[in-house]
Amino acid sequence: MIKCEQIIKIYKRGELETTVLKNISFEIKKGEFVAIIGPSGSGKSTLMNILGTLDKPTQGKYLLNNEDMLNFPDDELAKIRSNKIGFVFQSFNLLPRANVIRNVMLPLIYNNEIKKEQRMSLVEKALISAGLEKERWHNLSSQLSGGQMQRVAIARALVNNPNIILADEPTGNLDSKTGDIVLDTFKKLNKDYGHTIVLITHERYVAEHADRIIELKDGKIISDNVSKIILKDK
Amino acid sequence: MFLSDLIEETYTSLTSNKVRSILTILGIVIGIASVITMISIGQGSAKDIEDNIQSLGSNLLIVSPGSQRTIGTTVRGGFGSASTLVMEDAEVIESQVSNLNAVAPLISSREQVVVKGENTNTSIYGVTQNYEEVRDIEMEIGFFITEIYVEKKSKVAVLGPTTRDTLFGEGIDPTGEKIKIDGQEYTVIGVTKSKGSSGMNNADDLIYIPISVAKQYITGSESLSSIYIEVSSEKFMEKAEEDVNSLLMERHKIKDEDSVDFSITNQSEVMETMTSVSETMTILLGAIAGISLLVGGIGIMNMMLTTITERTREIGLRKSLGATSSEISNQFLLESISLTFIGGIVGVILGLLASFLVYKFGDTTTVVTINSIVLSCFVSAFIGIVFGYYPAKRASKLNPIEALRYE
Repeated sequence: MIKCEQIIKIYKRGELETTVLKNISFEIKKGEFVAIIGPSGSGKSTLMNILGTLDKPTQGKYLLNNEDMLNFPDDELAKIRSNKIGFVFQSFNLLPRANVIRNVMLPLIYNNEIKKEQRMSLVEKALISAGLEKERWHNLSSQLSGGQMQRVAIARALVNNPNIILADEPTGNLDSKTGDIVLDTFKKLNKDYGHTIVLITHERYVAEHADRIIELKDGKIISDNVSKIILKDK
Repeated sequence: MFLSDLIEETYTSLTSNKVRSILTILGIVIGIASVITMISIGQGSAKDIEDNIQSLGSNLLIVSPGSQRTIGTTVRGGFGSASTLVMEDAEVIESQVSNLNAVAPLISSREQVVVKGENTNTSIYGVTQNYEEVRDIEMEIGFFITEIYVEKKSKVAVLGPTTRDTLFGEGIDPTGEKIKIDGQEYTVIGVTKSKGSSGMNNADDLIYIPISVAKQYITGSESLSSIYIEVSSEKFMEKAEEDVNSLLMERHKIKDEDSVDFSITNQSEVMETMTSVSETMTILLGAIAGISLLVGGIGIMNMMLTTITERTREIGLRKSLGATSSEISNQFLLESISLTFIGGIVGVILGLLASFLVYKFGDTTTVVTINSIVLSCFVSAFIGIVFGYYPAKRASKLNPIEALRYE
């Protein structure tokens, strides 16, 4: 599903060069629930941007479904994002003046492969999977609680039926109780619906909800308990 | 992204900040409405001038004393004030030039007029009976100066309607009343119909008296102010003008074309000049209104740039959800085009209304042409594209990572 081969990312600011990712290689298979953990400055956000095709590595290869993402122009990458990747952000990023249904529908309007008539049923399916109560569906997103907002955001990430869901600190703006509900939602999506989930966090507690933890420090992978999965598979 | 989605997105974002959208539209509305109104006033006055000149009588040549050019300078000699034209000139023209309908010599002067204590200063025109035909004068009350009055030097006067209003009061029949001009008493025999002001001189505010009387009591000299010549047909105009010119040069013993002591004006030349003046005025008015349209356009650009800054995160989000650059720029471009389009339509309606009101209450003819409507619609759509393009391009070029992080 996802394959990173010796990814190096260097940011240039004037004369100054900062190497954010130093030779990162790993593979994520379909149906995995992976957490990428690391302190701030460890390069995990950069890695997430590369995984989400929002950024390109300076060196190395990023393969999504065996396709090298380096070769695509920006507009094609946008279409890949719309079809294959679902984003969940720390600050939810919902449209405040739109209701829940419109928010969840947003990725569908940029996907011409899905007919207008199909949209509503996809939105409903996604909202049910994300576990948002039906009474809230017609509310404006600004009227929801943090936990509800994050579940709307999760539904939005699900609606295109993506290959992979990328969640960047999804519990960062939530208290621990609602954070747990959101994490349970991810778990359920992984176990019951078979979605591939990559969770990015700096909290060990959050990461432990995943089956596999890739730990980053200073742009390098310092631990990856991939063996646990392989053992489980057998 | 389907077109209907694009329209829906545009509608939602424009209605989500109604006050701002309306204020921005207002800029365009005022611009378009003023362009239409101004141009309609300009074209209305052009039509007024045309009508007025036509009402003066067509196929008209006007001979005025004074030279066209003084040798060695470009200064036009004392137009109308020199005393080189005399009664005899008019008589010779009438008898020797062919294809003329009528020749009407004119003596004009400004005098104090007194009626029972009321007094006014107005133009006195000493005319012959021909003047009525040459200038298409119609009578409201009584009759015009006749041949007999001219021959007998009768002290009779025909009033313009404005003069009548000033001296006697509106709608009053003054025939038979006496008026005093320069100390002499005249009997009023008629009032002319209103011709409307013709720009240069007001044909309604004057008094006609027989030319023989004017010569004797008002100016006391032989000289004429002008000679009006009506040519029988448009096609003889040029020939008649040449004939009059050579005849007068011969009579005045002038050999050199450059030193003539009179000038001949062709009615169509006057019309051309006046039309070009009013065209210039239309352009000027249109340009002033165009500036307000430009300001409205800058208002649109300003609002779009503000919107984009405010919605940076949203743009980043849309990009991360799969919007291409062109889908983003189309959305913002459509927003600005919608604003100017709505503004354009409302502006046209308001402009039509305003020019109607000016026509109704402002005492000015206004002419709205399809051209000015089409032009302003085109201009407003163009403004939407031009002033929306830069903000839209800027939005589409935002880096989604930075846009998402934007606070």
